[in-house]
Amino acid sequence: MEQQIVMDTMWTLLAAFLVFLMQAGFAMVEAGMTRQKNAANIVMKNLMDFGIASMAYWAIGFALMFGAGNALFGTTGWFLGGGESAFESLSWATPPLTAKWLFQVVFAGTAATIVSGAMAERTKFPAYLIYSALISGIVYPISGHWIWGGGWLAERGFLDFAGSTVVHMVGGLAALVGAVFLGPRIGKYSKTGKPRAIPGHSMPLAILGVFILWFGWFGFNAGSTMSATLSIADIAVTTNLAAAAGALIAMGVSWARGGKPDVGMAGNGALAGLVGITAGCAFVENWAALVIGALCGVVVVFAVIAIDRAHVDDPVGAIAVHGVCGALGTVAVGVFASPRLIESAGVGTEGLVYGGGLAQLGTQALGVGAVALWVLAASTVVFAAIKVTVGLRVTAEEEIEGLDIGEHGMWGYPETFLGIDTLGTPDAVAQSRQERRVGSQVLTPSAGES
Amino acid sequence: MKLITAVIKPFKLDEVKEALGAIGVGGMTVSEVRGYGRQKGHTEIYRGAEYQVDLHPKVQVETVIFDDQIDEAIKAIAVAANTGEIGDGKVWVVPVENVIRIRTGDKGEDAL
Repeated sequence: MEQQIVMDTMWTLLAAFLVFLMQAGFAMVEAGMTRQKNAANIVMKNLMDFGIASMAYWAIGFALMFGAGNALFGTTGWFLGGGESAFESLSWATPPLTAKWLFQVVFAGTAATIVSGAMAERTKFPAYLIYSALISGIVYPISGHWIWGGGWLAERGFLDFAGSTVVHMVGGLAALVGAVFLGPRIGKYSKTGKPRAIPGHSMPLAILGVFILWFGWFGFNAGSTMSATLSIADIAVTTNLAAAAGALIAMGVSWARGGKPDVGMAGNGALAGLVGITAGCAFVENWAALVIGALCGVVVVFAVIAIDRAHVDDPVGAIAVHGVCGALGTVAVGVFASPRLIESAGVGTEGLVYGGGLAQLGTQALGVGAVALWVLAASTVVFAAIKVTVGLRVTAEEEIEGLDIGEHGMWGYPETFLGIDTLGTPDAVAQSRQERRVGSQVLTPSAGES
Repeated sequence: MKLITAVIKPFKLDEVKEALGAIGVGGMTVSEVRGYGRQKGHTEIYRGAEYQVDLHPKVQVETVIFDDQIDEAIKAIAVAANTGEIGDGKVWVVPVENVIRIRTGDKGEDAL
């Protein structure tokens, strides 16, 4: 018994470390898909939103999400006080409270960091810090409580195993609101409203990011068992199948539409498949995971283009990948939930294709709709408040010169913007010669001495 | 003395360097530029948005040489940089008033 708890804890922590590494994945995707002049700013945003999420989620977020309270939010466990008994909704998991918290804080960090991509290249840095605190401290935990914290959606049998809705749709819809409040980047749309391409500066970084995210997702999905059981293998497989299907199908769709396979779209496709399977990774069979991944692969390409044409400028496709496919993947559980997996989970009912009727599907749709309304409303309040106080968007001059120099006084790529190294000034060269002369005199005594 | 400027396709640089070296040209300055002439652009798609690629990467070679080497140099460059395809580039010549070697202060043809 004791040994099982130790194994559960080790697995949960290992999974938490994998999900933590997804922060690097997001940073690389976002850096790669945006321009060099904003590279330091985007990775700084990614670094800080995890730091802030860690604080906010420790102080109030975890309590709101998992603390004992009511059907809408928790009211106990502030600053991780109150011990295990303050977190009844997590008592099914055996690891110690600290391990559970660490596993959950990296999920909160994931939701928070989704937004930086959609808001890249024009957001004031302090505005972004404030938003990070509010989403990880309040918005994410409250809808999370409804689903994982024993709240009203959990009671209705809503299924979201690893967070297609809890994490991804929440992040994706907050991203949508942020991007709308910001407006498009300068030059993104022509006078006639046609979208212009603003190519990202590094596809190698972007795809490195996709690989790191895919890797971390094994912790995201399989780790959500928070126990070292054989099912983690099955979950890892459904996860991988959906990712691969998403990547291939998105590549195919972009190939058919544009004449050549688009690298960024293929990367988005893999992520869309991963987001889509996150809700059902423990509840659907392998064939269904393929279908869900493929479906998200198709949808994400069209969603990226539709969102662009609606004049919502999303440099990385976060809204399409996380918002749209998060919702889609969650609803898909109502279609594909397999009887044998539902039975061993002990929650929910089988999906439409197994003759389960519309029951689970209806519950899934209800949950997606309710959380969507909450996040859209709450994000609107947050971004409106930031806009009228601190200000949300940088000036046009700063946006054109780049946020690296504007917000941080430095460049991510100094040599591109400052030019080749010109520091060999006469003073520096003479100084170096002097120092060498003095040095050699000390080492080799002159003839008059010794 | 004249300044010869050649805008050529980047992969032709090594051949042009060799050809100039073979006729005794002592040095050159090379820069990476973008441009177009009769080589028109084309349209690409990035995430559903079209964009024009019409400024093509080229290499610009500049060298100051003696008057009596001009014809030889132009021929060397033109032969080395030629592929027969549109976009091979151009060579042109302008007069140079003076040249100074920075290290020694040599002037005029002595500086070449």
